[in-house]
Amino acid sequence: MNKDYKLHHPAWYRRQMQIFWWLKRFSYTKFISRELTSLAVGWSAIMLIALLWAAGHGAPAFDRFLTLMSSTSLVVLNIVAAIALLFHTLTWLHLAPKAMVVQIGRYRVPDRLLLIGQYLSWAAATALVVWYFGGSR
Amino acid sequence: MKRSNEPFFWLLFSGGGTLAALFLPALLFLLFIAPALGLVEPQSFEQMSAKLRPAPIRLFLLVLITMSLFHWGHRFRFTLYDGLQLKHLFGLIATLCYGGAAALSLLTAYLLWTFP
Amino acid sequence: MSDSITMQVFRYRPETAAEPTWDTFEVPAGKEWMVLDALNHIKDHMDGSLSYRWACRMGVCGSCGMTVNGEPVLTCATYLTDLPAAEPVRVEPLKGFPVIRDLIGDIQDFVHKLKRVSAWIVREEAKPLAGGEYLQTPHELSQFKQYSMCINCLLCYSACPIYRLEPEFIGPAVIALAQRYNLDSRDQGSEHRMDVLSQDDGIWSCTFVGECAEVCPKHVDPAGAIQRYKLAASIDWLRSVLLPRGRR
Repeated sequence: MNKDYKLHHPAWYRRQMQIFWWLKRFSYTKFISRELTSLAVGWSAIMLIALLWAAGHGAPAFDRFLTLMSSTSLVVLNIVAAIALLFHTLTWLHLAPKAMVVQIGRYRVPDRLLLIGQYLSWAAATALVVWYFGGSR
Repeated sequence: MKRSNEPFFWLLFSGGGTLAALFLPALLFLLFIAPALGLVEPQSFEQMSAKLRPAPIRLFLLVLITMSLFHWGHRFRFTLYDGLQLKHLFGLIATLCYGGAAALSLLTAYLLWTFP
Repeated sequence: MSDSITMQVFRYRPETAAEPTWDTFEVPAGKEWMVLDALNHIKDHMDGSLSYRWACRMGVCGSCGMTVNGEPVLTCATYLTDLPAAEPVRVEPLKGFPVIRDLIGDIQDFVHKLKRVSAWIVREEAKPLAGGEYLQTPHELSQFKQYSMCINCLLCYSACPIYRLEPEFIGPAVIALAQRYNLDSRDQGSEHRMDVLSQDDGIWSCTFVGECAEVCPKHVDPAGAIQRYKLAASIDWLRSVLLPRGRR
């Protein structure tokens, strides 16, 4: 018998969540990885700010920026960031249709069509970037 | 019961997430990775500044960078709450995340406004 | 022994011991048996003191939710043959809820939240009987039908890491059920529900993990309901900021 048990006094048992709960289940690990892509988004913003700084402070500053950008550590960091960014984009585009209910009259646009629309937007945005920033004009 | 003001941050997070998803992969690759790997010719100082100078481009970059920063701030705040169970530090975390995003956004606005 | 299955069952009897234990039973592997059949066999023939909830045994009442081999499932809808054959089947109470006894969790928290969100048709004025029925077109029904499929089994709460970390989170099923009524053409209670839901412990705790939708046996998709509601609440917030409305 449990001598600490008081008759008619319920003793609920509470199970604790572990600190690293997101390592215990693959779907949770995927979730946290998805959330951590926000670091890549923040990093890209910082890279763009650095570019603006360099391009706005004369040719020597810009050359120093180019050299820094070509260093091995920064290239590796940026490639890691790019992979994380791709993960962000893919998960974001796939989840966005869930938040939107697009109805044209009685017809509810199916998620698959919305997803195609998302990919088309991504392609268009990429094309714009490549057209504007690509090549020497 | 007064409704939460969280939508302010959530809207910035959503808008930022969408802009980031659509534009950042191409920008990161084209401007920072491809030239460093020799896949494209790096832009010269004159070319790059000429491309960044037009007002619509600067406005676009302001919106893109600011919203990407707030996207990071909002999402990272919740990652710290849930991933590391630091919700009791909500004041400190909110200050670091949104404050950091705001500070860098102000810097961005300054750089874009004073771009030669 | 290929025609019997080893069950490891979580036992918690506070009058006997302060800490839970695991009991092992060798249960015959009946043809097309569900986990619930194995539990019933244990109770009927092996240990009558085993306590657990079940009712309809066909996946519509939501009573028999438990964690089986780490996954939140309805025990009446989980075939023993779908589980790894070589390992014992571990059955424990649904994670995320305090354990009252053996496989029974305390779900009062959920019941209180259902009440808070007014999970019923709210009318400013009830129609008198003489006024006839509320008419609804098939299109109007289709707006909320998916969310009406919820059987309150609470598998979604068990799967949601946010609820497990912060039990004050109002939770996926409650939000989906609130939406079921918000989108019902007969209902007039959306304003009140938004007061309850657009809070930090309401929809804004959700980070769209999506596990709730994965485990839902009725394909309610509470995750989708929550994201849609976040958008609606944000638009409402924008309207209230840009075009302030008078307070009632």
